[in-house]
Amino acid sequence: MNLTLKIWRQSDAKSQGKIVEYPISGIEGDMSFLEMLDVLNEELITKGEEPVVFDHDCREGICGACSLQINGEPHGPDRLVTTCQLHMRKFNDGDTIFIEPFRAKAFPVVKDLMVDRSAFDRIQHAGGYISVNTSGNTIDANAIPVNKDNADDAFAAATCIGCGACVAACKNASAMLFTSAKVSQYALLPQGQVEATDRVMAMVNQMDEEGFGNCTNTGACEIECPKGISLENIARMNREYMKASIKG
Amino acid sequence: MSGLIKSSIARKVAMALSGLFLVFFLLQHFTINFTSVFSPDTFNELSHFMGTNPLVQFALQPVLIFGVVFHFIMGFVLEIKNRNARAVKYAKYSGGANSSWMSRNMILSGLVILAFLGLHFYDFWIPEMVHKYVEFAPEDPTRYYHELLEKFVSPVRTGLYVLSFVFLALHLWHGFASSFQSVGFNNKFSVGATKFAKVFAIVIPLGFIIVSLVLHFNNNH
Repeated sequence: MNLTLKIWRQSDAKSQGKIVEYPISGIEGDMSFLEMLDVLNEELITKGEEPVVFDHDCREGICGACSLQINGEPHGPDRLVTTCQLHMRKFNDGDTIFIEPFRAKAFPVVKDLMVDRSAFDRIQHAGGYISVNTSGNTIDANAIPVNKDNADDAFAAATCIGCGACVAACKNASAMLFTSAKVSQYALLPQGQVEATDRVMAMVNQMDEEGFGNCTNTGACEIECPKGISLENIARMNREYMKASIKG
Repeated sequence: MSGLIKSSIARKVAMALSGLFLVFFLLQHFTINFTSVFSPDTFNELSHFMGTNPLVQFALQPVLIFGVVFHFIMGFVLEIKNRNARAVKYAKYSGGANSSWMSRNMILSGLVILAFLGLHFYDFWIPEMVHKYVEFAPEDPTRYYHELLEKFVSPVRTGLYVLSFVFLALHLWHGFASSFQSVGFNNKFSVGATKFAKVFAIVIPLGFIIVSLVLHFNNNH
């Protein structure tokens, strides 16, 4: 199929970027979106032009690196997939495709389509961990009884790969779905209770300091999340935060 | 108070609680207004009670005004902060693919409601305050229905009220149901609560529209 790509090009973090148009042909429906970009980059390199910089790693939907805004949606028009799992069969011959980096003040553009998502790392560092006694007396996690529903919900929250699609989709660039998934996966388990109060306060404070916007419950994050992280996690984080605020 | 300004979750909860308070007020306001359709005497009695009861006038009314002002100021603060969180906009944005128009345009529907409140205060609240606390006019318990009827003579004013109630419905459609999520209420009862909020978002503004139109056409007969 023949396509017209409109791609955000920006030479570095401080430069002014712009949309540049690239016609591309010979694209097969079975190609992944990243393979299509590989084809484009090979053409650009052959012509002596600078290839388009984009993030990618595992190319099997688990690393969360391939974060692209495609035709106005994070990871493109398909649901529950990352950009690397998006296939060109989702597009039609003659289509124009806008490809942009995830936009948020907290996700500054590094180059072209690559953004710095280390704000997520700092939120995780602020409280996304548990204290475990490693002196030889560690209790086997399997020996601690966990309610089945809680275990399932904690596991579902833990499937968040931190790709940033929630931030990209949100009209306010809010990171509440990501932060709430990280808070929830511990809040639901016995091992997470020790730091429960400090965790939610520290992670929410860090999220706010990074300059993400406020959640207004549009639900766009849940729809666009490649791992189907539920809005229930945000409600849980709100409860955890209110409990922690009252406890002090 | 500093926590309210600093924490995104505290702001969100405060926004939801003030919104829920205003929803409760709307229900009360509608209940009284609706009596004007079928019983002007009942409307007069209720209005006289609300207009002269010291608890309503000097305790509940200031709380209501604070609630309204707080909700609007917090709404503007959040809108500005949220716009700043994405300095460079997308060249192509497909918000309709993942969220409702109502949820993305709360500031627009809110601004229309704010403009409406200006008109509504000009029409009713300010004359009422002047009548009672500036002119110290003698109280006539039967005056309320006629004063109400007078305001709906003009088709333009009636049209503005109807249009504002449409925007109120759009605002409530997202805001009421969303407030449950903001205060952390997301469980097996959420589906029912959301359905109730959506029905409320249609029924109450529609009721206000019916009251406005009935009053307008009563003037013409």
